[in-house]
Amino acid sequence: MDDALARELVELYRRLATELPDDVVEALREASETEEAGSPARLALDAILEDIAIAVRDRVPMCQDTGLPLFWVSVPPGSGLREVTDVLTTAPRRAVAEIPLRSNAVDPLTGKNPGDGVGPGIPVIHFEPSPDERLHIRLLLKGGGSENVGRLYSLPDRKLGAGRDAAGIRAVVLDAVVRAQGMGCPPTIVGVGVAGSRDAAIALAKRQLFRPLDDKPARPEMASLERELMEAANRLGIGPAGLGGRTTVLGVKVGVAFRHPASYFVDVSFCCWACRRGTLDWPPEAGEGDA
Amino acid sequence: MSVVELSTPLDEGAVRALHVGDVVTVTGVVVTARDRAHAYLAGADVRGELPFELAGGVIYHCGPIGQKTAAGLRVISAGPTTSARMNPYERLVVERYGVRAIIGKGGMADELLETFSRVGCVYLSAYGGCGALYARHIGTVVDVFKQEEFGAPEALWLLEVQGFPAIVTMDAHGGSLHREIRQRSRQAAADLGLP
Repeated sequence: MDDALARELVELYRRLATELPDDVVEALREASETEEAGSPARLALDAILEDIAIAVRDRVPMCQDTGLPLFWVSVPPGSGLREVTDVLTTAPRRAVAEIPLRSNAVDPLTGKNPGDGVGPGIPVIHFEPSPDERLHIRLLLKGGGSENVGRLYSLPDRKLGAGRDAAGIRAVVLDAVVRAQGMGCPPTIVGVGVAGSRDAAIALAKRQLFRPLDDKPARPEMASLERELMEAANRLGIGPAGLGGRTTVLGVKVGVAFRHPASYFVDVSFCCWACRRGTLDWPPEAGEGDA
Repeated sequence: MSVVELSTPLDEGAVRALHVGDVVTVTGVVVTARDRAHAYLAGADVRGELPFELAGGVIYHCGPIGQKTAAGLRVISAGPTTSARMNPYERLVVERYGVRAIIGKGGMADELLETFSRVGCVYLSAYGGCGALYARHIGTVVDVFKQEEFGAPEALWLLEVQGFPAIVTMDAHGGSLHREIRQRSRQAAADLGLP
């Protein structure tokens, strides 16, 4: 099962590096139609759509930065975590060699890049319990440019006039989008995490990046907050590639966790338009065997 | 829309004739250089050590993906990386080596505009994420300098390019589209209630 799963994982990498999810492509297409013909924004979006088409046709990575692999894995009862971890860390090696992907794992002290795309801390893996008997692997190949423009805020933030409420969240999200300008490959998808510890806020923000663009939170006040944040961000005029225009973000997704009375952290994480997320369920069909 | 066709090595006059908003294509040879390569170029003067000429040259902020084929090394994806990371080094690199154009994404520090005006250099924006698109304008990989030491993404790739498209977003007349958009977006944020 390990080798079969590893093969499927390599295929998942290949699919993600070369094909964007339908909802993201559709959002980019719709965005292109809202920008004026001949404008820098329209030209940028049309180039992006052409890039997406070439990548699919020629089966080559749409972006040379094939990202840092970020896994969220739902594990059924009885699965060996060690076994699963081994598969998740060997598959990237094969993906880098076979597809090929760019080797993005570098030793920060020596500057050495061993060339196989893995190393301590890479890939990043989060585990959670599976709702059923199968393994559900969610993978995001997250580009470095958008990772670098993410920011963590501790509220209240006096400079931004951001208090511990929805208005404060709105203020820091807008601040992060303004600071990011064109550096994180807009139009971006923005993940926001509100929590009582710094690590929880960041993980929650990243987790939001896996949500489909049309996914609505159950709490109505959260749904309206997400909509309001997206509309406000798109009034900033930063635009596709940061060259001006109406489309700065394709979506804003917010996750909220409880906090310590003393702490109120808001993390704003960005995913570039090349939001290479996807899932692999294992075994492929429920009840296909006791893998 | 008219397109200005540039050929390397670029001469000063051609670069000074460009203005923010001009659409250009680059044909000839470009050298990729990102974080590690910039630290290297901005350290000791390595003109005697480089196996290529940077005077009149074009630096591309990019870490390509190469694929070995029977016909040799081929670039399959090569879009721009974030240029702002190279801000601490670029003035020195442009001045010392006589670079005439930089291709990247997201723009660079306003302070560089003074250097660009003085020596005659421009910043050209390419679209971030469009690696497959730009690879189609890349032909022969002439050399991959420092591959062993820096690793493939950080090495200096000497690439033949044909009609590589870009937009002038920082010129040799003090103009910067990035500064304009930054100011406009801050104003918009203020209008939305941000201090």
